[in-house]
Amino acid sequence: MKTVLNVALPKGRLGEKVLAMFEKAGYPCPSIHESNRKLIFENEECGVRYFWVKPSDVAIYVERGAADIGVAGKDILLEYGPDVYELLDLDIGKCRMAVAAKNDFRDDPRRTLRVATKFSRIAADFYAKKGRDIDIIHLNGSIELAPILDLSDVIVDIVETGTTLKENDLSVVETVVPISARLIANKASYKFKGEAIAAIAENLKQQTEATT
Amino acid sequence: MTRESEVARTETRTVARLGALYRSYGYAQYKMSKFEEYELYVRNKDFLVSNQIITFTDNGRLMALKPDVTLSIIRNGEEAQKVYYNEHVYRVPKGGAGFREMLQVGLECMGEIDAFRTYEVLMLAAESLAVLAEDFVLDISHMGVVCAALDAAALSPAGRAAVLRAVADKSLQTVAAVCASEGVCAETAALLRALVTDCGAPADVLPRWRAALPEGEARRAVDELAATALALVERYGARIRIDFSVLNDMGYYNGIVFKGFVNGVPASVLSGGRYDTLMRKMGKRAGAIGFAVYMDELARLTDVPPVYDVDTVLLYDETADLAALRAAVEALVAEGVSVSAERAVPEKRTYRRLMRLVGEGVETIEDRA
Repeated sequence: MKTVLNVALPKGRLGEKVLAMFEKAGYPCPSIHESNRKLIFENEECGVRYFWVKPSDVAIYVERGAADIGVAGKDILLEYGPDVYELLDLDIGKCRMAVAAKNDFRDDPRRTLRVATKFSRIAADFYAKKGRDIDIIHLNGSIELAPILDLSDVIVDIVETGTTLKENDLSVVETVVPISARLIANKASYKFKGEAIAAIAENLKQQTEATT
Repeated sequence: MTRESEVARTETRTVARLGALYRSYGYAQYKMSKFEEYELYVRNKDFLVSNQIITFTDNGRLMALKPDVTLSIIRNGEEAQKVYYNEHVYRVPKGGAGFREMLQVGLECMGEIDAFRTYEVLMLAAESLAVLAEDFVLDISHMGVVCAALDAAALSPAGRAAVLRAVADKSLQTVAAVCASEGVCAETAALLRALVTDCGAPADVLPRWRAALPEGEARRAVDELAATALALVERYGARIRIDFSVLNDMGYYNGIVFKGFVNGVPASVLSGGRYDTLMRKMGKRAGAIGFAVYMDELARLTDVPPVYDVDTVLLYDETADLAALRAAVEALVAEGVSVSAERAVPEKRTYRRLMRLVGEGVETIEDRA
């Protein structure tokens, strides 16, 4: 029997790009392009089964073995630290995790820095390395509002083009870490479906290298 | 039989089989208290899977529900001993939220650790995996080999930590990026990349490592790894693999380290290694090697037959003769099945067989067997 690989794809624009890469790598799945409400799409011939999940959940599906492989942003991997293999930097979905603040912000080291973010762990690690005392304000969205309403001094968030920041008189203070999409694999799946996973990883790697 | 009891029975059977296996190689069972002084864990918190511990005070002493077994055995046991245990530990699983009670089975060999004892402990690890499932893999690494490759690169402390993390993640590009940013020479960078890529069958992989590493401690580490791994291959074939992504904390482990996987469980179910460094930290001179089997993940492997709350539902109505009903229930119980006598079909309980009391006898209305 052919090994079937369960692949967790992140919903959204990034996921569409990733799917295109998988299809180009020889793992197409025509049914995934049909408009219906199905949740799982399988191509038995190629031995793949795709499903769309919320981008921040991909790592959980893979860590717990519901998916053998998946594609997740480095931001999610740093924030949640899932126990998975990070096989490949796909070099897409590129952006950066950055500290941003109002244009006139000046850090006052005598005071605790108030940091609003969705990425508490990344922010805590970043400032711990600097030995800076901070107060983390965990938000789930519209992070940019926080410094404007004086809820926080700075934010730690993903910056792609910087347009939202600019339009709200905010700017990047410093980069925390560059972010891109990564191919991740469940550790046990890698032991028992290693050849199939390595074949996909190798093909995706060639595509990545061809475009850079 | 309910699902819970079936899973529990399988677990009990597995624990008994593992215990018998360890006893047949001269290991004695070690029993211990559920509590330890909290101080033991504070001093060695990096050794623990999670640093969250349940604590309470007992006559002014701060106590903990034990999150780990090895530390207790080192502290309370003999300097040289061969013991196994099956104990409950209390901790927050990796990636989980909240404490769980987990059954852990394990084995510790303390004293003079020579080539045979090392082999025997790893053989028992492989044999334990075989008890759990037919299809298993034992990944083996050696901290000495990984350290030798890292030492050759002379990285900054941050770079060294980043490469270690990347090797554990199998992230080749991160290894390459750190090497580039730290100006590591091409030859050494290739050696570090090989920690990610050059894994697999011991007979293929280890000769290359022997040739790549300098004489001395590094070479001895490869030779030790080879002696153990090749002996295991004779018995277990392709199930034994070299994989340097198996990395345990360098502050505690020093020699061979290993992790076991069984097909059908998404995380490693067995983890162990040589931990002389931890012994030194705790004031013991002897060497030590051991492993733990995490039983909590194994419930997934149990094949559970369809489950019913009760085997037979026996229906009766207000006209039923009390003596006949009593006799019918007793007769079914005597057959060894569970019976629930009901006036109407119960809505929320599942059953295998539905019967009805008719006069002095019973008739079957439905049988799902």
